[in-house]
Amino acid sequence: MMLLPCPHCGPRNSSEFRYVGEGTARPDPGTATIGVWRDYLYTRSNPAGWTTENWFHRAGCRRYFTVERHTVSNAVRASHRPAAQARTTSDPEGLSAGTERGPDAGPG
Amino acid sequence: MLSRLSSRNGHGMRARYSAFNLVRYGIGSGEWPRAWRDHEMKASYDVIIVGGGVHGLAVAYYLAADHGITNVAVLDKGYIGSGGSGRNTAIIRSNYLTPEGVRFYDRSVKLYERLAGELNFNVMFSQRGHLTLAHSDSSLRTMHWRAEVNKLEGIDSEVIGPQEIKALVPFMDTSESTRYPILGALYHPPGGIIRHDAVVWGYARAADALGVHIHQNTEVTGIDVSGGRVAGVRTDRGSIAAPVVVNCTAGWSTLISDMAGVDMPVTTSPLQAAVTEPVRPFLRPVIVSGTLHIYVSQTDRGELVFGASVDPFPSYSMRGSLEFTEELAGHILELMPSLSSVRVLRQWAGLCDMTPDYSPIMGVTPVEGFYVDVGWGTYGFKAGPVAGETMAQLIATQKTPELITAFGLERFSRGALVGEKGAASVGH
Repeated sequence: MMLLPCPHCGPRNSSEFRYVGEGTARPDPGTATIGVWRDYLYTRSNPAGWTTENWFHRAGCRRYFTVERHTVSNAVRASHRPAAQARTTSDPEGLSAGTERGPDAGPG
Repeated sequence: MLSRLSSRNGHGMRARYSAFNLVRYGIGSGEWPRAWRDHEMKASYDVIIVGGGVHGLAVAYYLAADHGITNVAVLDKGYIGSGGSGRNTAIIRSNYLTPEGVRFYDRSVKLYERLAGELNFNVMFSQRGHLTLAHSDSSLRTMHWRAEVNKLEGIDSEVIGPQEIKALVPFMDTSESTRYPILGALYHPPGGIIRHDAVVWGYARAADALGVHIHQNTEVTGIDVSGGRVAGVRTDRGSIAAPVVVNCTAGWSTLISDMAGVDMPVTTSPLQAAVTEPVRPFLRPVIVSGTLHIYVSQTDRGELVFGASVDPFPSYSMRGSLEFTEELAGHILELMPSLSSVRVLRQWAGLCDMTPDYSPIMGVTPVEGFYVDVGWGTYGFKAGPVAGETMAQLIATQKTPELITAFGLERFSRGALVGEKGAASVGH
């Protein structure tokens, strides 16, 4: 069992969350080489130590946030809301908190 | 014992395990010789293998046995078999989904079948049959797909119905009143379980007899690369030069590849398992349910061995969790309600190096002389012999054997992923 400090809801059991992964910046498809695409799609740093990663609170606020976690001990030392920009501008991949439909969003 | 082995018995000599020697050492005064020796670390080797599990030791054994390359060192940061090789649930099978996967694992089953005789070590391979349950139309369809691919490759594999399942496993609840009724199963008679420690020890003993050095408690801290090719490794016991370094470290493989500057498409996740107290033999085949995320088998000692799918987030932690045990127990009881009073004795976790296509990464890397035999996810133990055989062939001949051409690291640049996901995600 691992407690994750959701910046919106407080500490909750990790089973309420979905692991999203390391943050990767999407390269420009017009100029990216094969190697850059390979790294974007598949290469992961997979460190044994402190890492910064994204989680989604699927059984809570249904928002994304960032966690600093130690991958050997699973200790968590910080969590952040996504950068303000990510929540206020349109997100082409629909990944930011602002575009996520909440559980009470109603039928649609 | 060590001096007796090395001086009186001479290099490479071993007391064979036999009925005669069992009596001789049983009633005589002598002790069994040690199965493998400790050596001084040399300044250089022809091949250094990082990771002393079944893969690393098998590569070393086949390098020596098939190709006469004996100036080989196997390094492990702990004791041999302390990683995934001692933590898996010891299931062997070859009923995969892709032709590449089926051919590859079939070769491994064949090598396992003759391993006890070849290594003179009882690995207790018990081919008791393997059942992969289908609880939905879509998984039944996948089972038919797998059965047809398996048959084309000559593998004994067929889809059977609930009545036949009930005949094989009378304790299983095959009624329609369960939450996930069993619609059928993929039955694979050659599948089974093995004693995983014995496989590791058998390879270690045989490799040692052929001259391979096994260095336990030797942690690799760096890999020297100069001019695009590997020059050796640094360890907490000093540096060793070698023109060939093989990464066989499974869950830790990213960390070793990073030392050589090779990026890996791998994430490491724990997979938890548990074992119960021994009960009378009642369960012959291995039972796997992808829908319930469990697999269960009964060992020769009567213990029930349970495994699950990988944890839902990457981690190098090998601690178990209560959530896992609760969920596992609930699902086991859905299948076999009569187990409700059986107690769990131990639980543990092993580290799985997961790849995007649920297939291994084997072969050369951009660094000349640095080979990888990684990405073994949840299916590494069953592949140990064939991985050792093919990696040894690659290192000795510099040609990639046909069996592993689909598994190269460069496939991620070409977009030629293998697509074993349908069969391997929890199907042990």
